[in-house]
Amino acid sequence: MTTIDTGAVPVSGSNARYRTCKFTGLRIESNAETLIKANAVAAVVFLMLGGLMGLGVALTRWPAVQLLPADWFYLTLTGHGANVLLFWILFFEIAILYFASAVILGARLAAPKLAWLAFILMLGGALMANYAVLRGDSTVMFTSYPPMMATQWFYLSLIIFAVGALLAVILFFATLVIAKSEKTYNGSVPLVTFGAITAAIIAVFTLASGAIILIPTWLWSLGLISGIDTLMYKVIWWGMGHSSQQINVSAHVSIWYAIAAMVLGAKPLSEKVSRMAFFMYILFLQLASAHHLLAEPGLSSTWKIVNTSYMMYLAVLGSMIHGLTVPGAIEAAQRRNGFNRGWFEWLTKAPWGNPAFAGMFMSLVMFGFIGGISGVVLGTEQLNVLMHNTIYVPGHFHGTVVAGTTLAFMAGTYLIVPLIFQRDIIWPTIAKWQPYVFGLGAGGISMFMMGAGTLGVPRRSWDISMTDATHAYEFPAAAYLMLGLNGVSAIMAAIGGVMFILVVVFSILAGPKLSVAGAKLHFPLHDKGREAVSEYGSEEHPKLPGTIVLVTLFFICFVLYYFVNWKYLSELWLFN
Amino acid sequence: MAITPPSNRLWYKEPIQAIELGWIILAFLWGLFMFFFMIAWHFIGDQNLSTETYRVTTDAYEARVEAFAEEFQKKDAEGNLVEEEGVPVVAPPEGGDVYILARLWEFWPVVELKKGVAYRIHLSSVDWQHGFSLQPTNINLSVHPGYEHVFTLTPTESGPFGIVCNEFCGIGHHSMTGRIRVVE
Repeated sequence: MTTIDTGAVPVSGSNARYRTCKFTGLRIESNAETLIKANAVAAVVFLMLGGLMGLGVALTRWPAVQLLPADWFYLTLTGHGANVLLFWILFFEIAILYFASAVILGARLAAPKLAWLAFILMLGGALMANYAVLRGDSTVMFTSYPPMMATQWFYLSLIIFAVGALLAVILFFATLVIAKSEKTYNGSVPLVTFGAITAAIIAVFTLASGAIILIPTWLWSLGLISGIDTLMYKVIWWGMGHSSQQINVSAHVSIWYAIAAMVLGAKPLSEKVSRMAFFMYILFLQLASAHHLLAEPGLSSTWKIVNTSYMMYLAVLGSMIHGLTVPGAIEAAQRRNGFNRGWFEWLTKAPWGNPAFAGMFMSLVMFGFIGGISGVVLGTEQLNVLMHNTIYVPGHFHGTVVAGTTLAFMAGTYLIVPLIFQRDIIWPTIAKWQPYVFGLGAGGISMFMMGAGTLGVPRRSWDISMTDATHAYEFPAAAYLMLGLNGVSAIMAAIGGVMFILVVVFSILAGPKLSVAGAKLHFPLHDKGREAVSEYGSEEHPKLPGTIVLVTLFFICFVLYYFVNWKYLSELWLFN
Repeated sequence: MAITPPSNRLWYKEPIQAIELGWIILAFLWGLFMFFFMIAWHFIGDQNLSTETYRVTTDAYEARVEAFAEEFQKKDAEGNLVEEEGVPVVAPPEGGDVYILARLWEFWPVVELKKGVAYRIHLSSVDWQHGFSLQPTNINLSVHPGYEHVFTLTPTESGPFGIVCNEFCGIGHHSMTGRIRVVE
């Protein structure tokens, strides 16, 4: 699919071994390939563990089921957060970074031994965190707000994991330097690599924030520091906790572009716009710490407004641009592919049976409509008081991180398995349905938690009937219904998760070998790839009526939902 | 192809598609509107969270709340002190200061407010972080130990209201509640 290794000269002195991918023409170095495999496998293992814990959490919050006892519920919820939000996502992102640097640029991975050290540090940290949580004396939630204290192993494990991840990110940058100096590509880096660089720059900032606050907190747990200021902790911790979600956004937007390119032959509408949108992430997404601090005492309104809006919503602008350019690029490519009738033939005749495309497109839609809109509303200074710390908050971030990032990463895995592991998908029928089952479940989880949150249901609570409370409070019956539907959706998402893991694991172990001569992909890539390469990246004069309809619909939903919430707010008790 | 480099080095000098430019302008203006609407609400709205905050030791705050409860505890017709579930019911003077503390696992004491009257509410924790969630009105605030948050609150409805903790605070978190009564 590419000839970017044209003119590349193997550099003497490095003993890197390469193979050329027969499906894409990409030049793949063996160390990069092995490390991508290792990180991807670790990611899936922690997805499995964290997903199982998530199912336990959802089934406990379903009042009619209430699966786990209270102490196990809070323990499981702590583990769920760490395993999926940190370990699954970051292991997979390291795999993406190695892919976007070494594989896409056809370069060798910098310092493979250090990359293994990074992997071992991350794995050790992740295992130690699970040990600390399962011991039962670190039930402090993923956020671990002081003065509630976990065992020292909890903080130490996160520090070790962060150091490992930081090392891997540095190796990503080093790989870019090697690719540049060994001239494995010409001109600017490709858009997907550009997006990965965005993710990596944000990762450095957020991992540093994590270290800045977790190291003193660890010393505090050892008794070497007398106390941690609760407000300062939150300001810096969320510099990691929320800003790190922008690594995910950059990474999964890159995956959207990558899948659209590989499956449909899509080019960005214009390179300039898509890159500027990524660039806005680098400039403004770090301000996201404020999103969890709008209901705190002691922070000025000016600070809250500037930070929570990412400086006048310029980072939101970045996401809204991708929200146009990604479906726009798909529409343009599909029209070139011959699906040119009417407004929506490009969409109705899209490869919906290909799990990579189906997962990617559902991720795009749900990230925008569910995660994106709710995020802006939740992050509005005054509106936040309506939902702060209610279950609306997990509703929002399951819309971004599960329906958005996780679904996109799963979709990406359907390309990684054949291209990197060189095994075809073993059970195409299960794979075909998997994104729909998981996506619908994830979408349901987000919507029903948000619904319960608007009714005031608190997050991280074992029992909303509050039977042991001094002063009884009865939540409306609709809140119970929402939590029940959340449980049903969680079961569906879990089934989708099991389908994913079974297909991936058995494809890797026993899928049809693609290294043999004449092997064909069950879910084919776009065959015009090679021709597209020699042309310039941007589309020429595309007509995008379907995309215009979609973004108009999005914009109307956004504006309506925004003002509905202001109406709710204006009816609250008066406070200032 | 997104995964291949543009042949032109100067990607940032390329023209922009018209549809993209239109969308960028629309999204940018919408962002500006949302940004300035937050500022505008400080002038036109009645729901803006106060930033008045004081550092306070947990012991001093606990003593202050206990003194407040003792001073203004409600008495019934026979002069007996009123309690609800063993917790004193405190009726502060109209427009006065109201002290509420959060601790494992209750909001203390029960306060009785008059509808339509503005009170200065003081809120702090004496142990861990807690979440003040007033239900069913759905006003949600964070409560920190060591920080005394002061805001003006005017109830616009009457009846019993629940305070539910919505910040995880240990094994009793789900049974941490409080009560605000609003009378006509």
